[in-house]
Amino acid sequence: MSMLHIVNKSALDRNSLEACVNHTIKGATILMIEDAVYSAMKNTASSSMVEGAMKDVSVAVLGPDLKARGISEEKLIDGVTVVDYAGFVELTTKNDTVQSWL
Amino acid sequence: MADVKKFLYVNRKAPYGTIYAWESLEVVLIGAAFDQDVALAFIDDGVYQLVKGQDTKEIGMKNFSPTYSALGDYDINKIYVEKESLEARGLTIDDLQHLVWEDEDDDWAEKDSIKIVTASEMAEIMDQSEVVLSF
Amino acid sequence: MKFGISVHEGPYTHQASDSAYFFCKAALEAGHEIFRVFFYHDGVNNGTNYATPPQDDRHIMNRWSELAKEHDLDLVVCVAAAQRRGIVDEGEQQRNGKEGKNIADGFRISGLGQLIEAGIEADRTIVFGD
Repeated sequence: MSMLHIVNKSALDRNSLEACVNHTIKGATILMIEDAVYSAMKNTASSSMVEGAMKDVSVAVLGPDLKARGISEEKLIDGVTVVDYAGFVELTTKNDTVQSWL
Repeated sequence: MADVKKFLYVNRKAPYGTIYAWESLEVVLIGAAFDQDVALAFIDDGVYQLVKGQDTKEIGMKNFSPTYSALGDYDINKIYVEKESLEARGLTIDDLQHLVWEDEDDDWAEKDSIKIVTASEMAEIMDQSEVVLSF
Repeated sequence: MKFGISVHEGPYTHQASDSAYFFCKAALEAGHEIFRVFFYHDGVNNGTNYATPPQDDRHIMNRWSELAKEHDLDLVVCVAAAQRRGIVDEGEQQRNGKEGKNIADGFRISGLGQLIEAGIEADRTIVFGD
């Protein structure tokens, strides 16, 4: 089984990303959407948590939400992939289950 | 509907400040009629939902906490509470309601519904679930 | 693949309904099926036809109605959540003696069982909330 975890809040606002990271198992994917896209940036107070998680899980970020917030891709943590909504859909089909961290 | 799926209801929010906990419980109660394999997860502030001794008289809201003790009657007996979340809030299992169910395969013996699990055990439970409804 | 979608926040205050809408659109464009979109908590407010957003903003409710019309989507507003928040169809209007109804085109009011059924029938269930 592989799981897609969706997070939609900045890690500096809520603990949902941290909670998610603490409940992912190897091979899972975390998709950051809405305000969670801020947590895909490097050099933030939460970047090391995300970088640590990336040893075991893949991290993707929703491009339209990045653009809306003025974040250019070069500001992202190395290894984070950017997907559009079609890519979001594909992530849900490639994984067996989906969990949203509200 | 012959399929039986593994449903997991994930509760991460405290009661009363927002309606999520109460409306989540309403889904669980309705869902019980569908004979699915149901489990509840209480993590982070969600563990506050199960704290005993809630009295809402002075905030004018319905105290829905007694409803949790009815879950056993609906054959909902897999209630996973995360150890780390309790500890981070200075709580132990003794601060929570004592939830039980009767095991018809064991001469209706009364058994505990709440199981305290670690975060990594909770991660496995989540991973094994098929439908995860988060509130 | 068949998707079940649950929207847990109302329009405008949270992005959840927008995200769910774009997800549904992309899934349909990729040839997938949306088994049902269920609206719960404040999400039921996505089903009002009493809203008049400014001309230069998106019309979240109409957008759902149009998507439903185009793809024959099943948009279900939870009855218990709707009664709390004043989303009313003809049946609810009569039952509860209300002066009017405000359910938008393409939406219907039904029970929470519809969410569970979506979970059972869909290959993937995805919650959009806050």
